[in-house]
Formats: sequence, C-alpha cells, structure tokens
Amino acid sequence: MIPTIKRRTFGVLTAGAFVAATGAARADDKKVLRFVQNGNMSILDPIWTTAYVTRTHGYFIYDTLFSMDEHNAIKPQMVDKYEVSPDRTEWTFVLRDGLEWHDGKPVTAEDCIPSIKRWGARDSMGLKLMEFVKDFKVVNDKTFTMILKEPYGLVLESLGKPSSNVPFMMPKRIAETDPFKQIDSQIGSGPFIYVNAESKPGEKHVYVKNTKYKPRNEPPSGLSGGKVVKMERVEIIEMPDPQQQVNAIIAGEIDLIEQPPHDLLPIMKADKGMQLVDWNPLGQQFVYRFNHVQPPFNNPKIRRAALLAVRQEDYLKATVGEPQFYKVSSAAFISGTPNAFEAPNGFLVKPDYEKAKALLKEAGYDGTPVVLMQSTTLPVLTNTAPVTKAALEQVGFKVDMQTMDWQTLVSRRTKKDPPNQGGWNIFHTFTVAADILNPISNTYMVAQGDKSWFGWPTDPDMEKLRNAYAKETDAAKAKELALAVQNRAIETAQYGWIGQWYGPGAARKNVTGWLKAPVPVMWNVEKA
Amino acid sequence: MIDFIARRLVAIIPVLAVVAVFVFLMLRLTPGDPAAVIAGDNATSEQIDLIRAKLGLDLPIWQQFFIWISDILRGNFGESFFFKKTVTELIAQRLEPTLALSICTLIVAVTTAVPLGVIAAYRHGSLLDRVVMGFSVMGFSLPTFVIGYCLIYIFAIDLGWLPVQGYTRIGADFGGFIEHMILPSITLGIIYVALIARITRASVLEVLNEDYIRTARAKGLSNRVVLMRHALRNAAVPILTVIGIGIALLIGGAVVTETVYGLPGLGRLTVEAVLSRDFPTIQAVILMFSVVYVVINLLIDISYTLFDPRIRY
Repeated sequence: MIPTIKRRTFGVLTAGAFVAATGAARADDKKVLRFVQNGNMSILDPIWTTAYVTRTHGYFIYDTLFSMDEHNAIKPQMVDKYEVSPDRTEWTFVLRDGLEWHDGKPVTAEDCIPSIKRWGARDSMGLKLMEFVKDFKVVNDKTFTMILKEPYGLVLESLGKPSSNVPFMMPKRIAETDPFKQIDSQIGSGPFIYVNAESKPGEKHVYVKNTKYKPRNEPPSGLSGGKVVKMERVEIIEMPDPQQQVNAIIAGEIDLIEQPPHDLLPIMKADKGMQLVDWNPLGQQFVYRFNHVQPPFNNPKIRRAALLAVRQEDYLKATVGEPQFYKVSSAAFISGTPNAFEAPNGFLVKPDYEKAKALLKEAGYDGTPVVLMQSTTLPVLTNTAPVTKAALEQVGFKVDMQTMDWQTLVSRRTKKDPPNQGGWNIFHTFTVAADILNPISNTYMVAQGDKSWFGWPTDPDMEKLRNAYAKETDAAKAKELALAVQNRAIETAQYGWIGQWYGPGAARKNVTGWLKAPVPVMWNVEKA
Repeated sequence: MIDFIARRLVAIIPVLAVVAVFVFLMLRLTPGDPAAVIAGDNATSEQIDLIRAKLGLDLPIWQQFFIWISDILRGNFGESFFFKKTVTELIAQRLEPTLALSICTLIVAVTTAVPLGVIAAYRHGSLLDRVVMGFSVMGFSLPTFVIGYCLIYIFAIDLGWLPVQGYTRIGADFGGFIEHMILPSITLGIIYVALIARITRASVLEVLNEDYIRTARAKGLSNRVVLMRHALRNAAVPILTVIGIGIALLIGGAVVTETVYGLPGLGRLTVEAVLSRDFPTIQAVILMFSVVYVVINLLIDISYTLFDPRIRY
C-alpha cells in the first residue's frame, strides 16, 4: 500500500510542478519571441563574414547611417541631416541626437569614420567607395565630412547598403580592429542588446530590448524609419534541421522561421495556427557561374552557347516548384527595381538549341567534359546542377557533374587549377536580390580578373561601364549605364542569372508586425 | 590491480598520438577550406587568402601539426576558427547535454533491457520470448532518426505531451530537463535495449543450464533469487562488455539524436564543426572521444572483478 501512495504522490507532485512551470512559461511567452534563422550563427562580426545570419544579428545590435525603405529608397537612419558640396566631392553628415552605445557612451563622429573604413576594406561596394574617398574629417562630436577625389554616384547607396556586408556603426575601439580579424565585443547602438552571458552558440542567441534606444519618428518602412521594439526579449534558436523547425513551430515552441524549404510549406499552410509571411518581396536570384580562366569557358562563344541552352523556368520548377514563389525574368538587376531591363530575344528565358549547337561547333569545342559542381547540402540549390547538366548535354557538351557538400564547393571554387586537377568549370549559387540592384553592388558583374568574384572574368570594357555608372550622378544617365552593363554581360556571357524566387517566412498566427525588408528584422514585431 | 591500471593509462598515450596524427592528416587531406567558409559567399579570392594567412593555414602542414601538438602539450587546444572561443570552453559548454543524454539513455537501456533479457531467457521459447526478440530485431533495424521523428510526431505534435526539441539545463529547471530528456533517451535507447536484451538473454540462457543453477533450485530457492543472485550475476561479464561497447556506439548515436531533437551537445558541435571545417574543434572533440572510449573500456575491465572473482589483474 505504501509504495502505491508514494507513486501517486510523486505523480501528483510531478504533474503539479509541470503545470506550474508551463503556466509560468506561458505568461513569459508573450514577452519573448523565438526566431529560427536559415542556419547556425557561429560568427558575430558582420564585417568579417558575409554570412546572412550574421548580417541579421548585425541589424539587431548595430545601427546604420542610412538604410533602405520598403520602396528601395535610401533614407537617413543615424544621420539627422546631410549636405553635399556643389561640386559633389564633400559630403557632410550630422548624427541625430540621443544616439548611445550599449555601454552608455555617446555615439560620435570619431566612431563612424573607423566603422566606414573597416567596412570599406571588406565589402565590394565599400571597396569601390573607398577608391573615391580622399579623406575623412571630424567637424565636431556629431558631424563629419567625407571628402572625395571626384564625384561618386553611389555614396548614399553604399552607406545604406541593405545586405552583406552592411556598413554598421561600431564604437571606435572596436571598429579599429583589423578587418581580417574577428571583433570580440558586441557593443552597438542598435535597438537590441546582445546578452553574452545567456547566449550559447549552437543553442541560442539572446537579445533584450535596448530601453535607451531612441527610434526615429517616422513609421518603420523596410530597414528604415522608427525601429520600435515591442518585445522584451528575442531569442534566435539554433535549429539546423528544417523538419525540426516545422515541428517546433507547429507545437508552438518557436514563433518564427526565416525561410522554411518550399517542400514543407504545404504542412504549414494546412495548420490553422500558422501563417506564411512574404517579408522579403525582392526575393533571391539564382546564379550560373563560369570559370573564365579555364577551357572551354575561357572562350566567350562557348559560354554563350551554354547560356543559350538555359530556360529559367526549368530551374525554378525543379527547385522552388510552385509558380507563386518564383518569377521568370531576364533582368540582371532584379525585376521591379529601377535598374531592371528585360533582355531581348528571350535570353535565359527561351532556349535556342540550334543556335547554341552552331556556336559550339564554330568555337571548336573539343568534347572535353565540363566539370559541373553540384552542392547537395543547401536544398534550394541541389536541383540546379542536374538542370544545367541536361541543358548542356542537349546542345552537345559533355558534362561531369560532381556532387559535394556546400562547404567543399565553397572551398573548391577558389581554385584556379584545371578542372582535372581540382578546379572546376561551372557552379550555381543564389544571392539576396537586395545585394545586386546595381552594377557596383552586383559582385557577379565585376570583371577585374583576379579581383573579380570566383570565375575571375576579365573585361576592360565592362569595367569602364561600371566605373562610368559609379561616377554618374544623374539618375536617368545612370539607368542607361546599368542597361549597358547588362547588355555587356549578355554579349560576353559573363554569367547567367537563372531566375528569381521567393521564400516566405513562417510565423504563428499570434505574431504580427513582421516588416517587409530584404533582411528579417525583429523590431515592430509583437505577439498577442 | 594498480599496476594494471597504470599500464592501461600509459597505453592511452600511443593511442592518442595515433588518433592525433590521423585526425590532423584526414582533415588536411579532405576537401574544404575554413577560410573560404568564414569569408562567406561574396568574398573574393584575395580576401580568402588574407583570412587563411591570419588563421595560419598558409603554413606547411608539418609546421601546422607541430604548432598544434606543442599547444596541446601545454594544455591549449586552440581557439575555434568561428566561435571566437577556446575549444575547451566550447566543449565545456556542450558537455552537459551529451552527458545527460548518455546517462539517461544508459538508464533507460539497462533498466529495460536487462529485465527483458532475463525474462526472455527464463521463459525461453514462449510468446514473451518471441516478442522480446522481435522487438530486438526491430530495434536494430530502425534508424535512430526514423524512431525520433515517429516519437516526435506521436508524443510531441499529436498528443502534445512532450516538447519537440531543445534542452533545459538541469540546474535551471529540473522538470524541464526531464521533459526534454524523455524522447531523446528513448530514441537513442531503443537500439541499446535491443542489443543488451539479446546479450542478456543469451548469457542468462547459457547460465540457466549450469549445474549450480540446478543445485540452487534443488535447495528450494525462489525463482527470483535463482535468477538475480545466481544466474544474472554469473552472466554479467558479457552483459557489461556489451554495455561498454554500447557507450562507444552512444557517441555516434548522440550525433544523430542531438540533431533530431535540437540538443546543443557535443554530437551537434561535431557535426557543425565538420560542416564548417572548424579544424581545432574537430581535432579536440575527436581526441576527447578517444580518451572517453579508452577510459570507459578500462572501467569496464575493472568492473569484471566485481562480478567474477576468478578475474584478477
């Protein structure tokens, strides 16, 4: 009898403890937002790496001088006002009142200059901007001037760059860290404070509301406007398995998923407690990259033959599936944005196999197998390579598709060796659309040989056009130059842009206020 | 005995030396460049070269190896390429979930499998015996992740009794800790239940045919006393051996289970480190697992003496 009572008592006590614990947890739940990103975040320096998860972390704790609104316009953020000299070589920025680092010290012009310099040593747009910068001058605590060698058309676009690498402002002592070394402090002036003591990489990262943060008065729009934090605490939960993410959000253990894979969306659509949120209306673009320094793609005719075999929709159907989540467009700089131009003759949209075969013959392709690298660890990319293989074979290429994990591909693409000695000919990737809205931020357009992105194209004419675009301060003329850049890329078949796609986020129905922006930001988000 | 333990401890040194050389070379020979992973998708070759130099990965392999070994001899396992933390800190942070999972799994496995195996042996040829053996075959055959997802679907999503994922530290909330351990321990435990139950059944069955068991029964001892005091104790050595081997398998199983249940343990750290080519972390974790494996085997060898007085070292 006694053991029975003991067991019962234990059962009642345990159940009571669970109910009490769960009740307390639920009361706290409305103040805590649990968010899962597209991958684990092990690096906390958004200048040292271009990883998107680290960029998003940057938006939690840092602020920017300028930022992009939901209509892709650049608006002041930490800056109160700015002036440009009549010859457009002196830009003076005045910081707004009340900006403070998380350690209580005021944000000054002295902090902003090394922050811009560190970013300018790593980012593609930053590097370009710094080519034009002659000097920086501190005017007073809140004001500094950037002096240019000659007018540059993308000053605001650079300082308001929305995605990796973002020119985040950091305290001077942190910003002076070697750009090729990781920073070791997480002090910013942004709307959230990183709680180092509670954050455990591989488990979760904890942010609390920065109660001293003074949001701008304008309503939030994209990454600009008032960053009003409505949650007391946000936890980024590290959960690498997409199926586990979906299980956890359905069970109410997390509140938001940045971008679940497309094949799992129907499960969430069917659940009454869930909603899909189109937080990134610009989406992403798939990229088809050639190695320009190794045969056969060192020959522009052969590159062009390969791209003539491309039909974007084949890629989009194979990877994304549902048409509501993709867009066929031959615009390199993203359909629906100011520099978007649909290319003529169905380039990349409608294949021309006969022309491709003729070009291949004319170019004297010798039948050497083309090494196509296929990544199998990023689900959205896995099916791109088989589509390319089929298209290339259709026009007469021999293809050696080699399967590997993404990290191996990332390492191998740095090798300039011949494909049969560890090099490569083609690989695919994708990019956040906001990163490629103009010829300067679009890394794939760079054609400076060794200084170019992997594939290393060299094309002085392309560089002349890109430089002209960079210097152009007249919007209409800049647009014409963007078109010229796109046309040049088509003419030389520099690379292929093989379709835009969208990946909605998933949220519990009681979560509202997820802003439309190229980055998943957590200010304005609240939980009922 | 002390001589034996000392000899075995000394024998760990060459084992670790071989493991260290092997792990170091394997990592350097497999494709993958941590600098390229760190730099991210938009970096240029020049930027990657600069990061490689900062990490010391541009040095000849032999030089990298000697720097690493000399650091280890000074007790320094290095700093993770990614986490901006020492590897020792990282391991310490991830030890608790793995330790908790291993202990809970062993408790589940031993407390379920040993009685099942003993009963199956005692009821040899009965329906119960067949059910236990059938379960055992199923336990061997089902992959851990399949069991995990089935249990999550039934107990976490459908019934809502237990959490889908995550971990609560034992010191933070004991109730939450137990809640988060139930499904992972059962998931990982099933294969060990299958393994230990089979061995227990076979060992006990063999012992039950011995003369001294017949003598014990003839003395009028109860079945419980015969089974527990005479049969099980004499069948313990092979059972302990298989539990020891099981602990080694547990390390591999923990990698999958921690991933399925989102437990931030050493298994997941290993997977993350391998995927990102975090050489210092992979090297240290594998060395640590080797030490654990050797030490556990030593403890199992020592424990034989407790059950079988004929064994002396």
